[in-house]
Amino acid sequence: MALVEIPIGPQHPALHEPVMLKVRADGEDVIGVEVNTGYNHRGVEKLLEKNSWVRGMYIAGRVCGICNAVHTQTYVQGVENLMGVEPPPRANYIRTIVMELERIHSHMLISAVMAEVIGFTTLFMLIMRDREKAMYLKELVTGNRVHADIHVFGGVKRDLDEVRRSRVLDELRRVEERLKYYRRVFETDYTIVRRLSEVGRIKKSDALKLSVVGPTLRGSGVRSDVRFEDPYAAYPEIPFSVIYRDEGDSWARMMVRLDEALESVNMIRYALERLPQGPAVPKAIPRTARPGEVFSRVEAPRGELFYHIVSAGGTNPYRVKIRTPSFLNVLNTESTYLGHRLADVPVILASYDPCISCMERVLVVDERSGRRVYMSLKELAQVGFG
Amino acid sequence: MEAKIIRYSPWVMHFNAGACNGCDIEVLAALTPLFDPERLGVKLAPNPRHADIIIVTGALNKKAAERLRRLYDQTPSPKFVIACGACAISGGVFADSYPVIARADKVVPVDVHVPGCPPRPEAVLYGIKRLLDKLGG
Repeated sequence: MALVEIPIGPQHPALHEPVMLKVRADGEDVIGVEVNTGYNHRGVEKLLEKNSWVRGMYIAGRVCGICNAVHTQTYVQGVENLMGVEPPPRANYIRTIVMELERIHSHMLISAVMAEVIGFTTLFMLIMRDREKAMYLKELVTGNRVHADIHVFGGVKRDLDEVRRSRVLDELRRVEERLKYYRRVFETDYTIVRRLSEVGRIKKSDALKLSVVGPTLRGSGVRSDVRFEDPYAAYPEIPFSVIYRDEGDSWARMMVRLDEALESVNMIRYALERLPQGPAVPKAIPRTARPGEVFSRVEAPRGELFYHIVSAGGTNPYRVKIRTPSFLNVLNTESTYLGHRLADVPVILASYDPCISCMERVLVVDERSGRRVYMSLKELAQVGFG
Repeated sequence: MEAKIIRYSPWVMHFNAGACNGCDIEVLAALTPLFDPERLGVKLAPNPRHADIIIVTGALNKKAAERLRRLYDQTPSPKFVIACGACAISGGVFADSYPVIARADKVVPVDVHVPGCPPRPEAVLYGIKRLLDKLGG
């Protein structure tokens, strides 16, 4: 049969993000996939160099709207190290609560998108309806629905008063109830199990070789979580278990996410009940940092998020390198599409929870001549690891 | 006027032209049951050829801008564009960055601007409503 090349994206009703998959298909069978990126490159790293440390907080948050608090956390905890300030314990707890709320809404969003991708629109609508409860909680704590912007060097911008604290605890029950229901749906529904299991399988050895991170890694049976291995913020004091499954397919990844979201509910509850007393909002924000460099890593909803911040002293960073989880999860897993049916391609892509706005920092554009150099994926991977 | 006809059931197409996802999850939230856009006849169109309104989010880098122009040309007239979020209006925090065009109205004619970083789902729907009111007037 003739080979057909099918473009998926950059505008796609279910993906909502500008990435282009060039799928080569022989009939219904996928024989090659090429991920074409660059629609979302915004020059964040250069922008961080041009702006001051304090402005950088807002730019780092705007790398990605879904996981903005973890981006800010990674940036802020690195810069705090360079500035020599330490956030008070109450601020650490509030930061942790915001990050875990973000994990809940991110995992609910990808569960909804997965339902839409397999054509289960009712479930998509239901999850999106209940996700608004998580968004409401985030708004209660931070004052914003999406961009939390609650971090500040040496603390948080907004304290959590008693009224809102008890309100969050109250509402959290309802979120938990719905999450348990959706976990049951994903575990038992015939359509979902048939569409997701054995699709896009990554073996444990392959997962380590491809250096995937986050739920994709844990779905392949590797027990790895930055919150556990290298605790930051209030994680050393909050008990939680690292969720992992051995199946390694798309279904396992979704189950890991839903279990993690339930675990996050417990963590938020624990943190809210044991919120330390004391100040959380710093009186003054430091603006200069000592020369030096830091590596900072945080477990984002999609996996390990990594910042390398270099300071030459003064008010601006010298260099900020960001490596996001989607960069590894989306670009390194091209081989997992092969041998599947065409209809499985969006399922596999969605099972990696692609966050395109996170990973777009790799397109090379020659401005003056207007020439564009797209690096091959191999080169990209090398650049990313180097 | 022929544009009047779309005000009963405007189908929107959403194009992320280099946004941080913040606006996109809010546009997506605006199209779901809690905010219930179908009471205005608003529905997500899968294809530019079915769309009446294009919602553009993001700071528009050069590669995405080409795509936006192409999608705009593929949409049948009458068509309208809503620039959603600070980035699509002025570039937001990315305004000074090298790859971005930073304004949706440099690429396609924009009918309604919805400010915010990101705008709330209510604001997105209000923007659509304002556009429909303008057509019906």
